[in-house]
Amino acid sequence: MSTVLIVAEAQPDGQLRKATLNAVAAGKDLAQKVGAPLHLAVLAQDPAKLAETLKPYGAAVIHTVASPAFAHYVAESFAPAVAALAASIGADFVGAAATAQGRDLLPRVAAKLKAAMASEVTAFGGSGTDITFTRPMWAGSVIAEVKLMTPVKAFTVRATEFSAAEPGGAPAEVKAFQPPAEVASSPTQFVSFNEVKSARPELTEASIVVSGGRGTKGDFKEIEALADELGAAVGASRAVCDAGWVPNDYQVGQTGKVVAPKLYIAAGISGAIQHLAGMKGSKTIVAINKDPEAPIFQVADYGIVADLFKVLPELRAAIHAAK
Amino acid sequence: MKILVTAKRVEDPESKIKVKTDGSGIVQEGLKYKINPFDEIAVEEGLRLAAKHGGEVVVVSIGPKEVQEQLRHALAMGATKAVWVNHAGALDPMSAAALLKGVIEREKPDLAILGKQSIDDDQSQTGQYLAEWLGWSQGTFASKVESLESDAEKAKTPAIQIAADGKSAQVVREVDNGLATVSVKLPAVVTTDLRLNLPRYASLPGIMKAKSKPIEELTPAALGVDATPQVEVVKMSAPPPRKAGIKVGDVQELFTKLKNEAKVI
Repeated sequence: MSTVLIVAEAQPDGQLRKATLNAVAAGKDLAQKVGAPLHLAVLAQDPAKLAETLKPYGAAVIHTVASPAFAHYVAESFAPAVAALAASIGADFVGAAATAQGRDLLPRVAAKLKAAMASEVTAFGGSGTDITFTRPMWAGSVIAEVKLMTPVKAFTVRATEFSAAEPGGAPAEVKAFQPPAEVASSPTQFVSFNEVKSARPELTEASIVVSGGRGTKGDFKEIEALADELGAAVGASRAVCDAGWVPNDYQVGQTGKVVAPKLYIAAGISGAIQHLAGMKGSKTIVAINKDPEAPIFQVADYGIVADLFKVLPELRAAIHAAK
Repeated sequence: MKILVTAKRVEDPESKIKVKTDGSGIVQEGLKYKINPFDEIAVEEGLRLAAKHGGEVVVVSIGPKEVQEQLRHALAMGATKAVWVNHAGALDPMSAAALLKGVIEREKPDLAILGKQSIDDDQSQTGQYLAEWLGWSQGTFASKVESLESDAEKAKTPAIQIAADGKSAQVVREVDNGLATVSVKLPAVVTTDLRLNLPRYASLPGIMKAKSKPIEELTPAALGVDATPQVEVVKMSAPPPRKAGIKVGDVQELFTKLKNEAKVI
């Protein structure tokens, strides 16, 4: 009996990370193609509340896995529990959202299960035992369809490529799973978490993103002001994160966050391929750059060749006036 | 301390990657190759740790004889010796991890530092497979609190903090919404994120010295590893192009387009 298992993720504040709902939607799609039930795993000190939250999202079974060792996430505590659960329910597909946690955890789970893995999956193809995973390579310059040849298959999904699961339908059955003793003997210990606090929406979840690049020369005031007028998240190119002008967490690109908002405004960003890899799935792209040859204009729906310090306040005033 | 680092050979990140018309792979003609940028950061961190704590840096690469260029690059940066795992054909993260495990069991380093991902496959898995199969701690996506323009960076201070007793190390990890600090038990696997350091340039004396440094050759068979890939690429294609956009004359026109045409504000 084939089973698809998706690992849910809690934020440091204990709330469900929204990307989990995108992973649940991906899991449903895969489960349907394979002809298997969808199960979820919730690992936490006290997973009951998260399991309750997830109950109406269409999974057949939610497995709660409780341990004091799960107070803070480390792969060496979580991986043995996920692998033991996957083995006990006979899961042949194990996945999660491609968040920092998912990207850290799933390969370690896959290693335990001797499973091959596909990262940042954007779609599933085929059916039954002949499933293919679509995923970007070379910073999205290539879209590859891959097959995993091992009996158990692991994956992470790119949250922006799957619409979040909607509640409704029969509630999931909740079952408690006793984790193995190994979860309490992690060789890695959590020390501290230095959170970048922001009143703005999370970059990967925002419907509008305003990003700044080298053209800002580190002055993000106008970027932030426009973002706040629009209720948008703030992003950045690699160069400005490297320079320490803005937190690393702002970086959009191949090695940063992948975003696909309905509107992406790139101000003073030249558009290196590594940056484009992180935002070219956006519905509408606006480029503001003084250099008419900047590659960002090749992907922009609307481009304006001008100084961002002139354009951004004017655009903000126009938006404000129309409210 | 003994530090093992990796040096995968990848397409130059500045090259334009094109897919072959039959979808069987990418067009190789005209491409330049480099050390994976994340691996170069791993080499740099290894050199900084060795400079601070004493010891040696062993660099490993897996692939055909051309990967010796990347090994020589790491040797020119200052690595002590190189191990070349002579392997032709496709390599997936499981095989890479199995081969690296074999090398690590021979070399017995205190720390293995790998790039967090290679810029060709973009899988970001090898370090985690390796850590699990060795039964080691993992500190993935290693970064640091200080910026790349800080004094600590200019002084080439290693970001990975080795404990005084040498039994553990602190790693600052780049995660969603901030930085997480973990203590890993040594030996451990660390994978490098972008802002761990700025790799040094190889000096001319470094390049000259690298020519006489040893490169040990191993094979998957000698390591007892079956390197048959378990990730099989069935087909490659180019991403769908975005339709051509327009340039607008002024902010008012931009605002009108966004409001009435794209309907996004």
